[in-house]
Amino acid sequence: MNRILVGVKRVIDYNVRVRLKPDATGVVTDGVKMSLNPFDEIALEEALRLREKGLASEVVAVSIGPADVQTQLRTALAMGADRAIHVQADEALEPLDVARVLLAVAQRETPDLVLLGKQAIDADNGQTGQMLAALWQRPQATFASKIEVEGTVARVVREVDAGLETIEVDLPAVVTTDLRLNEPRYVKLPDIMKAKKKPLATQTLAELGVAPKRRQTVSQYVAPPTRQKGVIVKDAAALVDALRNKGLI
Amino acid sequence: MGRLLVIAEHDNRRLSGVTAKCVQCASTVPDAEIHVVVVGSGAAAVADEAARLTGVAGVTLVDAPAFANPLAAALAPAVAELAAGASHVFGPSTTFGRDLMPRIAALLDVGQVSDIMAVEAERRFRRPVYAGNAIVTVTVDDAGPVVGTVRIASYTAAPLADAAAPVTTATVAAATPGHTRFIALSAPGGDRPDLQSAARVVSGGRALGSAENFRMIQEIADALGAAVGASRAAVDAGYAPNELQVGQTGKIIAPELYIAIGISGAIQHLTGIKDARTIVAINKDADAPIFEVADYGLVGDLFTILPELKTLLAKA
Repeated sequence: MNRILVGVKRVIDYNVRVRLKPDATGVVTDGVKMSLNPFDEIALEEALRLREKGLASEVVAVSIGPADVQTQLRTALAMGADRAIHVQADEALEPLDVARVLLAVAQRETPDLVLLGKQAIDADNGQTGQMLAALWQRPQATFASKIEVEGTVARVVREVDAGLETIEVDLPAVVTTDLRLNEPRYVKLPDIMKAKKKPLATQTLAELGVAPKRRQTVSQYVAPPTRQKGVIVKDAAALVDALRNKGLI
Repeated sequence: MGRLLVIAEHDNRRLSGVTAKCVQCASTVPDAEIHVVVVGSGAAAVADEAARLTGVAGVTLVDAPAFANPLAAALAPAVAELAAGASHVFGPSTTFGRDLMPRIAALLDVGQVSDIMAVEAERRFRRPVYAGNAIVTVTVDDAGPVVGTVRIASYTAAPLADAAAPVTTATVAAATPGHTRFIALSAPGGDRPDLQSAARVVSGGRALGSAENFRMIQEIADALGAAVGASRAAVDAGYAPNELQVGQTGKIIAPELYIAIGISGAIQHLTGIKDARTIVAINKDADAPIFEVADYGLVGDLFTILPELKTLLAKA
C-alpha cells in the first residue's frame, strides 16, 4: 500500500467524569482534559504497524475542528504519523458532513486504506466510517479486531454480536477499529520534539468543497435516571433468600 | 401516514429477537405504518415470523443468493432502494444494525439517529451520549427519511399477533458489489441463553483471575438458566470471548436479573447494565463502584462465595 489515511477526533479524555452544563446545552469542556478518541488511537497504531511491516509507505492523520485539534494532531505525529491535515471547522460537524470532508480528503490523498475508530466516545454515534464508505462507493469493514493486508486485498476479522466474522475487502477500503485490535504505543519525549518539525497542513471546508448542513438539532443534555443504592447482604445464603423472596430465582 | 421500515436482523432461518424490539419502538412513532424488510437468501420463514409481530402492517421479502450473508455493502443499496418515500428506516443497534444503517443513511443523503431510547414525536427522539452519562433530545430537521438505530435494552419485544400481516416479495435493481466478500463466521454460541435477550445474566470480571476460574461463572449461570457475560477487563485478559463483553463498547443489556461477580463497575460497564431490573454485585472491595448501583451487594472473596452459592442454588 502506498498511503493510509487515519481520522482522529479530539474528545474529552476517557478518564474524565463528564459533567453537564446547568443550562442543559451540553457538557462542560472548559478546563477539561482533552485527548485523542481512544478508538482513533487504535486506528493510528494499526496504520503505524502496517507501515512498520513495510505494507504501507506513508501514514497521514486528519482531524476536523477548531485550531485546538492541532494538539491531537501533534500527538498523532508524535506517535509516528508522517504528516497531518487539519481541516478547519469552528462548529462541530455531524457524521455525514465529517464523512463528506473525509471523502474530499481521500479524493485528494488517494489512500489505499482509511482507518477510523468505530465510534467516538463523546457523541457515541458510530456512523462516520460506514457513511464514508457509502459515499466513496468502497468496501467497509467495521469493528475490526484483526487486519491482514496482502496486495490489494485486506482480510479483516470483525467483532460481531455472535462472535468473530471474517470478511475480505478490495482496497481501497474503510476499516473501523474495535478495542482489541492492538494496544497503542506510548509517546516518548524525543518523539514529541520530532513531531514539532513534521508537516501539518491546514485546509478549509471551502477548499475541500464541503458546505456543512445542519440536519439534526441536539438539545436538552440531561442526566440519566440514577439507580438507588440497595442493601448489603451478609452472606451467600442471605443473598439467595433475598432473590427467592423477590421471585427472581 | 408515513411508511416506517424496520430492517430485520436474522440468519435466514430465524428472525432475531431484536427485531421484535425494533417493531415495539416503531409502534411508538405517531402515525407510522410499520413494514418489516427482510433481505436474505432462502429467508421466507423469517418473513413469516416477522409478519406475526403485533403492529406490523406488512413484510417485504427481498430474497437472493447475493444476500446470503449480512454484508452492509450488499444490503445497503437494496434497502435504500426500498426506502424511497418512506418516513423512517429503523434497524437494531446491534453490530448488524450499527454496521448497516449508517451506510443506508449516507446513500439516502440523510443523517442518522443512533441508539434511540425513546420516541418523543415523529421526528424527535431521545438517545444516550458520553457512555450514557447524558441523555439528549435529537430533532431531525432533514426532509428525507429518518434513519435510526434502536437501543434494544430500552424496549420490550412486540408480542405475537393473532393474524399475520401480508408478505410481499420484491426485487431490487441495485447491483451487488463484488468488492466485499464474506469468508467465515465463528460463533461459539452453545446451549446457553443469548446474552442480549436472556432474562438472567451472570457476568464475571478480572477478579476471576484466569479462564479456568471463569468456568465458575458458567456454572452459576447454568444453575440459574442464565446467559454468561463478562467485563471488558475479563475479555481483554482472555478469560472470556469478545462476544460476551457487556458495556459501552460491548453489549447493552436489560435482563430481569444481573449478577456481577468480581466486577468493580467501571462507568463503561455500568452503561451496559443500568436497564437491568435487579442488579446483584459480589466483590471483595466494599468501595467498588458496582455497589452504588447494585440492589443487593455481597462483600467478600468470590472464591469462597461462589462454591457456597453454587451449593445453595442446587438446593432448589
